[in-house]
Amino acid sequence: MSITGIEVAGQEIAAGEGALDASAAKIQGRSQWQLTWRRLRRDKVAMAALVVILIMVVLALAAPVFVSITHHPPNIAYPNTGEDAAGNPVGPGTAGFWLGTDGTGRDLFIRILYGARISLFVGFVTTAIGVVAGVTVGLMAGYFGGFVDTVLARFTDAVLAFPYVVLALALAVVLGPSLIVIIGVIAFFSWAAIARIVRGQTLSIKEKEYIEAARSLGAGPFRIMFLDILPNLLAPVLVLATLYIPTAVVFEATLSYLGLGIQPPTASWGNILADAQNFYQVAWWYVIFPAAALLITTLAFNLFGDGIRDAMDPRTERAFAAGRARRRRGKRQVLANDSQSDLSHTAPYVPPAGGS
Amino acid sequence: MAMLGFLIRRILTGIVVIWLVASGAFFLFFARPVDTVARQLAGHAATPQVIALVIHNLGLDQPIMVQYWHFIDGLLHGNLGYSYFNQEAVTTMLKQDLPPTISLVIGGVVLWLVAGLSVGIISATRPRSLFDRSSNVAVLIGLSMPVFVIGELLILFVFVPLNRHGFTWIQTGYAGISQGLLTWAGHMILPWITLAAVQAAVYTRLTRGQLLDTMGEDYIRTARAKGLSERRVTFKHGVRAALTPVVSQLGVDVGQLLGGVVVVETVFGLGGLGQVAVQAIDTDNLPVIIGFVIVAAVFVVVANIVVDLVYALLDPRVRIA
Repeated sequence: MSITGIEVAGQEIAAGEGALDASAAKIQGRSQWQLTWRRLRRDKVAMAALVVILIMVVLALAAPVFVSITHHPPNIAYPNTGEDAAGNPVGPGTAGFWLGTDGTGRDLFIRILYGARISLFVGFVTTAIGVVAGVTVGLMAGYFGGFVDTVLARFTDAVLAFPYVVLALALAVVLGPSLIVIIGVIAFFSWAAIARIVRGQTLSIKEKEYIEAARSLGAGPFRIMFLDILPNLLAPVLVLATLYIPTAVVFEATLSYLGLGIQPPTASWGNILADAQNFYQVAWWYVIFPAAALLITTLAFNLFGDGIRDAMDPRTERAFAAGRARRRRGKRQVLANDSQSDLSHTAPYVPPAGGS
Repeated sequence: MAMLGFLIRRILTGIVVIWLVASGAFFLFFARPVDTVARQLAGHAATPQVIALVIHNLGLDQPIMVQYWHFIDGLLHGNLGYSYFNQEAVTTMLKQDLPPTISLVIGGVVLWLVAGLSVGIISATRPRSLFDRSSNVAVLIGLSMPVFVIGELLILFVFVPLNRHGFTWIQTGYAGISQGLLTWAGHMILPWITLAAVQAAVYTRLTRGQLLDTMGEDYIRTARAKGLSERRVTFKHGVRAALTPVVSQLGVDVGQLLGGVVVVETVFGLGGLGQVAVQAIDTDNLPVIIGFVIVAAVFVVVANIVVDLVYALLDPRVRIA
């Protein structure tokens, strides 16, 4: 998958032969990224998901702004206005609490926003660490092969097979729960899947002629790995990274839910939901809103990641490509009619629906 | 014969893995200042003498290699040490907490395989139908849901309203099978669904994709050309070949299953191994934590051997020797 191949070729022709100047100007080459972006922009689901992600990011960044509007800092309890006579949380819209209050009379909306800061921060940071580590390990294993590959690939397999929640629990105990420990634990389990994919791709790319050309020009292994091979790996890595962010968000929430992640009073979607369990008989909003925030965020990242993957690879089927669906349904009708007739075994072969 | 050799080799490597995990857990947990535990046990007002006594009684003042020797020696005799708090043997504690965990794991795995495989197969045989589209949406939502959120939503939308209206079959907490099969199932049904939901989504997607690929193969065309019924083609030729990657995925997932078990037990208060482990972590009860880690390792090793055997049965090309 050459990134600039079309573009460069077009320019070279234009520069070399003056007569083609006019047509070369009209037929403008598009890079792989431009093509991907064009396809992605037509994908309504993916674009909606991207908008949702951006809104979440803006809301998280703007959390202090909302504090100055509502005058409810995240960790301040309001026992007088934020709890009813029985000491239970008050519902959405009561006494200036837009989404109600939590178990100790704090503003649930503000706490969800601050939880979003933690979740998104952990999601982005761990994924970034995982991508850098995974790409490095995968490139080294794939490029050098032999002993290096055996050691790195075995290690990758071991990490992938390890029951990570158990180890996360163990590390949280030994090191004490903190944001750094959480990021470390999640990042530790995030690089392996990326490393495995990168290794596989590197194995095939390193046999290509242009790598041989680079080597014969005297390029060193690291130059080849990072300047010649890596750019051609960015597409699958980008897809994996987008799909990894929601996993990291869920992981953080789960650790915090079990009390091994972000510690109260700092708000995290996980620890808000853990507290909410004590109130589900009386305060539905306490469960619903943080759960919705978590679900919307992870769903948006998953949909966006799927969209990028489809846009990168034109062969991929779109799950909801309506036009093709209609055509295919037509074909299946033919198949169904055939199998009903006695002559089904002599009927011309019709490819199975959805087979490609 | 080849099978037997394979089994013996896998069991031996399994034992090495368990030993490595146990040793890792031991050194990880014991490489910490001992007086935190002692201080917690003896109370905050304890004099240094009392703390020293507690440390001595727990055997934590011995050199670490001596402690390790005692640990391995005990392990070989099936003794995982004693809880710091009530002096109960860890093996006894774990044995008591095994039934909820086993109920959860078996029911959950059966449910997720049945749901994932059947939905995946139906989706793949009717691509782009209404069923396929709805299952695709459900799969995406399932993949995006943390296990504990599914559990909490089930409690909020199923358990609470049903019980409010006097329908009390579905309960939280755990009831043993001895209290009646129906009672037991009523306590387990929500935990099963919770544990199975996310995984069922993964398996639906995997099965659907694999089966669609398989059904495009030439030998499927041949089978159709022979005049076999579509059902026979799908199940005898398609599903069987599509299942092998699903089974190898299962080998990876049984390890991750334990994480789900910890969460589900905590959500529903089942009081199984996972919940005991979380409590032990809260109270720094090292022998119990290590016991849990070892049980987890044994579980993963055994499950992987079983998965490899099933894999060999499904795919005759796999030579297990």
